[in-house]
Amino acid sequence: MESKKYLEDISEIKNMMSRSSRFISLSGISGVLAGVYALIGAAFAHVRLQQYSLIDPMEYYKRNSAPIETGLVVDLFAIAIVVMLAALVTGTILSIKKAKKSEEKIWNASSRRLVINFFLPLLVGGIFCLVLIQYHLSALVASTTLVFYGLACINASKYTLGDVRYMGIAFVLFGLASTQFLGYGLYFWAIGFGLFHIFYGTLMYFKYDRK
Amino acid sequence: MSIINNINKAFDHRIRLGIMSILMVNDYADFNMLKELLGATDGNLASHTKALETGKYIKVEKQFIGRKPNTRYSATKLGKLEFQKHIDALEKLIRK
Repeated sequence: MESKKYLEDISEIKNMMSRSSRFISLSGISGVLAGVYALIGAAFAHVRLQQYSLIDPMEYYKRNSAPIETGLVVDLFAIAIVVMLAALVTGTILSIKKAKKSEEKIWNASSRRLVINFFLPLLVGGIFCLVLIQYHLSALVASTTLVFYGLACINASKYTLGDVRYMGIAFVLFGLASTQFLGYGLYFWAIGFGLFHIFYGTLMYFKYDRK
Repeated sequence: MSIINNINKAFDHRIRLGIMSILMVNDYADFNMLKELLGATDGNLASHTKALETGKYIKVEKQFIGRKPNTRYSATKLGKLEFQKHIDALEKLIRK
C-alpha cells in the first residue's frame, strides 16, 4: 500500500526531470522523412554531377584542383538548401503534432535549448564548408557536413532523446571515414543523411512514438 | 529503521516533489515554467515554494525582465543533498 505511493513518487520525479530538461516531442517519422528527402536530393545532385561528367572520381580529382563551374556549385547548394528546409519544416510540424498529443508546449525552455545547441555547431560547420569551397577544397565538403552534423547531434542529445547521441557518433565516424575516399563524397552523403536518418528514425518511432 | 528516517517530510507532496525534481536537473526555473510543468495554481505553487524556501532547500531570486517581475528558483546545495537522500530512501523502500 505504502510502497505503491512511493513508486508513484519515483515515477513522478523521473517524469518531471526529463520533461523539464529534455525536449521529448522529437518525432521519429520526421527522421525517416529527412532521410528520404536526403536520398531524393542526392539523386538530383547525382544527375547534375553527371551532366558535368564529374561522377567519375578520377575525373573529379583532376577538376577539383581547378575551380568548379559556378553553375554547378549554385545548383548543388540549392539542392542542399531545399533538402534542409524540407527536413526542418517536416520535423517541426510533426514535433508540434506530437507535442500537442501529449499536451506539451512546443516552444519552451527545453526546446529552445535544444535548437540553440543543435544549430551552434551546425552553423560553424556551414561556415567552414563555405571556406573549403572558397579555397577549392570542395572534395572535403561532404565529409565536413557529416562530421559537423554528427557533432551537432552529440551536442543536442543532452537536451533531447539520448539516442540522438549515438546517431551523432555514427555520423562523426562515418564523416571521418569518408575523408579517405575523396570523390565519393556524394555516396557517403547519401548513406549518412539518407540511410542513417531512416534507420534511427525508424528506431525512435518504434521506441517512443508507438504508444 | 534508518531508511525510514531518510524520507523527508518536506518533500512528501506531489507539487514539492515536482519542484525539487525540476530544480535538480535545471540550473534554475521561473515561476511560469514550474506552473506549466506541474499544472498547479498560482496560490498553490506559491505556498509550496515558500515552504521549500523556508527549509532553505531552494533559493528565490526576484528580478525584472524588462518591466515584468520575474521570480527565479534554484535548488540550494542543502536542497540537492537532502532530495538525493529522499530519492535514495524511496528507492530502497520500493526494493524491499
